Amino acid sequence: MRTRFQQGLDELRQKLLRMGGLAEQAVDRACQAYVERDLTRCHMVLENESLINAAEREIDELAFDLLALQQPMAVDLRFILAVTKINSDLERVGDQAVNIAERVMDMVELPPAELPIDIPRMAAAVSAMVRRALESFIEAKAELAQAVLEMDNVVDRMRDEAFIVLVRKMNDTPAVTRQALDALLIARNLERVADHATNIAEDVIFWVRGRDVRHNVESPIAQQTTRDTH
Amino acid sequence: MGVDIQVEQLNAWFGKTQALHDITIKMSANHATAIIGPSGCGKSTFVRCINRMHETVPEARVSGRIRIGDLNVYNGTSATQVRRRIGMVFQKPNPFPTMSIYDNVAAGLKLNGFRDRRRLDEIVEQSLSRAALWDEVKDALQKQSGASLSGGQQQRLCIARALAVEPQVLLMDEPCSALDPISTSKIEELIFQLKERYTIVIVTHNMQQASRVAEYTGFFLLGSLIEFDRTEKIFTNPSDKRTEDYITGRFG
Repeated sequence: MRTRFQQGLDELRQKLLRMGGLAEQAVDRACQAYVERDLTRCHMVLENESLINAAEREIDELAFDLLALQQPMAVDLRFILAVTKINSDLERVGDQAVNIAERVMDMVELPPAELPIDIPRMAAAVSAMVRRALESFIEAKAELAQAVLEMDNVVDRMRDEAFIVLVRKMNDTPAVTRQALDALLIARNLERVADHATNIAEDVIFWVRGRDVRHNVESPIAQQTTRDTH
Repeated sequence: MGVDIQVEQLNAWFGKTQALHDITIKMSANHATAIIGPSGCGKSTFVRCINRMHETVPEARVSGRIRIGDLNVYNGTSATQVRRRIGMVFQKPNPFPTMSIYDNVAAGLKLNGFRDRRRLDEIVEQSLSRAALWDEVKDALQKQSGASLSGGQQQRLCIARALAVEPQVLLMDEPCSALDPISTSKIEELIFQLKERYTIVIVTHNMQQASRVAEYTGFFLLGSLIEFDRTEKIFTNPSDKRTEDYITGRFG
């Protein structure tokens, strides 16, 4: 047993989970800020971005060290590659949360407008995707990750609907165009977060099953194995 | 040119101890196959069965079939006939210490009664070139002994000596374990080139080496072949849990 290497992998797992927690929290805060028109929460999201960025660097450095010093193979190699990709997706989730917070800060300066879009419902769906993607990572469960992939279509449809109703609103009520545009951008940001959750789920499947399921094309790396790890 | 090596239901014993159990494997012509596994798993015994060296150990015996191209290794063929088709390179470079570089390479041919001096010169140059050593020793062929070379050069000299008798198969048993990284990379580069002409079987403890030089890898454990597949499959996504546990360092 390579104890030090295993400790390194555990440390990497822990760091990624902390990073996942930060990114998830940022999206939730930004969406809560939208609901409550809460500038304090917006500032918290902006301030916490630097924590996410620092976590991203730390994880990359540790992964780089493990690759260089331990020459991982098979499931360990797939794990580290998956972690580096998930890391980058989580950092982008943090960026999307900042974008949402900035839109909310813009909206707060404007008069409140009645908009035909249910952002909290969309946010709940997206948060569930991020949470499940991270759970599938924690538990090394490809089935959980698979469920995340299936949720992406639902969020895509929500974004399409938001586009239609908000464009109509802008045409019908030009006075709230800026608010509608902010909401439209938030819907797009949320849909991007869902895409990152999908990427994370795909990376978990790659790690656990050794299968590349990106872009709806399933191809085993080298060749299929049906055995899950752990 | 290399030929396929077909091994079927190979069993090997040292006295009453069975060292190999029903090994069936096909190693393709002009490819390198790496044999990996923990110490005592039967890797070296396996390659020593291919060139009939196993039977030189007292009380050792073998059952099963091995074919090297059209040659049946264990059925009415002499060990000498088999070894003419096979070059072997060992862990520790073992040039003949009192012989010159030239004589080291020519030794096998001379032993077989080869006397054509001009042709011998050509073969020595060709073998040293194929072993990527010619440029380093061409001015000292007769002056310098094999033992005066560096470890990495000595190993390439041993490879040149093996190539001089025009084998079809090259067996390498931990050929780089006594070498520094620069010499190792030269040998690995050489293995890559030699595949064009020979079928190569390399036993190695170094998994990075296996992944660098071999298209196919077989994992041995307790005398059994656990998994045999393309190298990239073995090292990225092996099918058997025991293979994965070994290559990820969870045991062994």
